[in-house]
Amino acid sequence: MGHHSNWPEWVYVGVVTALMVWVGAEAWNAERLVEHIPADAEIIKVTGQQWFWSFEHEDGTKEIGELHVKVGKAYKLEVTSKDVNHSFNIHDYVVLMDAIPGRVNTVWFAPTEAGEHDIQCREYCGLIHYNMRGKLIVEEAEPSS
Amino acid sequence: MVLELQKPRPIWQIMFSTHHTDIGLLYLITSIAFLFLGGALALGIRAELFLPGSQIIADSMTFNRMFTVHGTTLIFLFILPFASAVGNYLVPIMVRYKDMAYPKLNAIAFWMIPPAGALIWLGFADFTWYATPPYSIISAPGPAADMWIFGLKILGISSILGAINFIVTILKCKHPDMSMGQIPLLAWSFLTSSLIILVAIPTFAAALLMLLTDRLGISGFFNPAMGGDPIAYQHLFWFTFHPEVYVMVIPAIGMMYEIIPRFSRKPIFSHSSGIFAFVLLSMVSFSSWAHHMYATGMSFTEKTVFMIGTLAAVPASAMHVFNFIATMWNGRIKFATPMMWAVGGIALFFSAGAGGVVNAAMPLDFQTHDSYWVVGHFHLFVMGTIAFGSIGFFYYIFPYVTGRMYNEKMGQVHFVLSFVGAVLVFFTQHVLGLYGMPRRIYDYPPIPEWITMNQIASVGAMIIGVSMVIFLINMIYSSGKGKLADTDDPFNLGGKYYYPFEAKNPHH
Ligand code: HEM
Ligand SMILES: [Cu+2]
Ligand SMILES: [Cu+2]
Repeated sequence: MGHHSNWPEWVYVGVVTALMVWVGAEAWNAERLVEHIPADAEIIKVTGQQWFWSFEHEDGTKEIGELHVKVGKAYKLEVTSKDVNHSFNIHDYVVLMDAIPGRVNTVWFAPTEAGEHDIQCREYCGLIHYNMRGKLIVEEAEPSS
Repeated sequence: MVLELQKPRPIWQIMFSTHHTDIGLLYLITSIAFLFLGGALALGIRAELFLPGSQIIADSMTFNRMFTVHGTTLIFLFILPFASAVGNYLVPIMVRYKDMAYPKLNAIAFWMIPPAGALIWLGFADFTWYATPPYSIISAPGPAADMWIFGLKILGISSILGAINFIVTILKCKHPDMSMGQIPLLAWSFLTSSLIILVAIPTFAAALLMLLTDRLGISGFFNPAMGGDPIAYQHLFWFTFHPEVYVMVIPAIGMMYEIIPRFSRKPIFSHSSGIFAFVLLSMVSFSSWAHHMYATGMSFTEKTVFMIGTLAAVPASAMHVFNFIATMWNGRIKFATPMMWAVGGIALFFSAGAGGVVNAAMPLDFQTHDSYWVVGHFHLFVMGTIAFGSIGFFYYIFPYVTGRMYNEKMGQVHFVLSFVGAVLVFFTQHVLGLYGMPRRIYDYPPIPEWITMNQIASVGAMIIGVSMVIFLINMIYSSGKGKLADTDDPFNLGGKYYYPFEAKNPHH
């Protein structure tokens, strides 16, 4: 093995490393902002079980398969499971949180306009995992008095 | 260096042999057989997903069993045994020793694989290749699940025995004239991946036993109904299997280090940086396991730590890519079949790594996690990089193993079809993930984008399927009837091969 100059490789490693530092710093900052839950967020309890989602609002209203929320409000979801692991997902709002029995995981979102979005399960949970789907229904806020 | 099969011998002589090239041959045939079996399941899965609704598979349970056995087979019964085949053939030769350090142990390690394969295939479990609790404890149907657990247990022990053998062969049996720095990079890849195995596997071996006793109801380690913690399993699992992905990829990179300089008719750009990158990768591979668990409710700090650990592995992987390109630079490259596979594999390796960085960046992972993106990401590694490197190497050693040449045209057609197919399937799966399609689903709602992307992916898979039939025909025909190979220089490269020790070893 002759010895030849290897500086191009070290320059390249330096560039890749710098790129990774940049990606890491941006990701760290973005995640820090994203995880900051607004203090006035309304709590919704989300429960996964084979093979549907159920919801309980702060006022005690319960829903199965459909979740109704209002534009302009922030919601803090407390996600858990009754049986096996699931993963609660509203892809359009990048809401993704594992539902694990014995644990409560939190994630939040704030719908921006009225409409319907898919809710699905992203963690394998058995026979009907493929159809453990629901609907998020975002409604206009009532005119405030 | 004719490695084996110079003269036809009765099959039992090979089966009961402990010689490293015989064991290598057994590993080779077994792994290729499982490549075809596991691949057939993939074609079934892709056919099912061609359209929404039930296509060719009657129910979701069958589908779930198929993708579970598909993944388990290709990781544990194709990739790992294929690497062992190559290591058995070449590591003793590269360190100039007569055999592996422990020939009987070597045979035992191989013969654990067929029974393990039988358990996995006869059981046909459904709980995915992670076997995550509580599903795997309270919901997965037995005896399939138990058979899978025993199968994996046996494979883990086989891996550990093989790793001990490689480590001892390289460190203790190498020719005294040879320094560690002179050992070829392929042998270095086996040394580093074997060290990872020794550190990584025991954790999952323990988790498997705990899972088994949990299933029997004796314990409740991972069962929340008995006060256990299912997340603990995920830590134990990924502590083994994130490093394990490097156990799979490092030997494939080692194989490329054999092919690239040979077919570029140039020495490796930097032997020492290749060694450095292998050693570095084997260490940092232990710092990133929980990047698979961002969505399990980890704290911001934990996620940050594992993101940094993951990004730290990128420069080391990138060094190999640099080394390959710098070796080819200004080389007199001959694009014969093995070289095509190696270069194609490097291109896909690069794309796979770029996707991995996206997964590692915390907020982006909430887009990609458990979606088809992840399926695309790791298939670019396991198929695009590892299987490509392995298949290229298979063509490369074919003349040494059989004494005959394969058909070059068919080899090239095999490559072109597989490459086009791989791009169609795995790039498309990334896009599907961005559209939000979850992985591991038997059926999907008729969302137009999802249908189009699934159809492209399924067509790509069928193209790979066709290419593999060409491969099979080529191998079967050529091993019996191919033209005799010039085993000194089967690829007509001018015979000047670049082993660092070539001057002292006329019989490389
Ligand atoms: C540049 C280096 C790499 C980076 C940054 C990276 C990053 C990641 C991340 C963050 C995930 C988790 C994605 C998720 O589930 O949301 C992941 C998944 C995965 N990666 Fe990589 N990876 C790299 C290299 C590799 C290599 C070399 C292999 C295999 C040889 C590999 C195989 C896998 C597998 C098998 C999974 C998913 C397993 C599963 O969920 O079934 N990765 N990768
Ligand atoms: Cu599910
Ligand atoms: Cu990983």
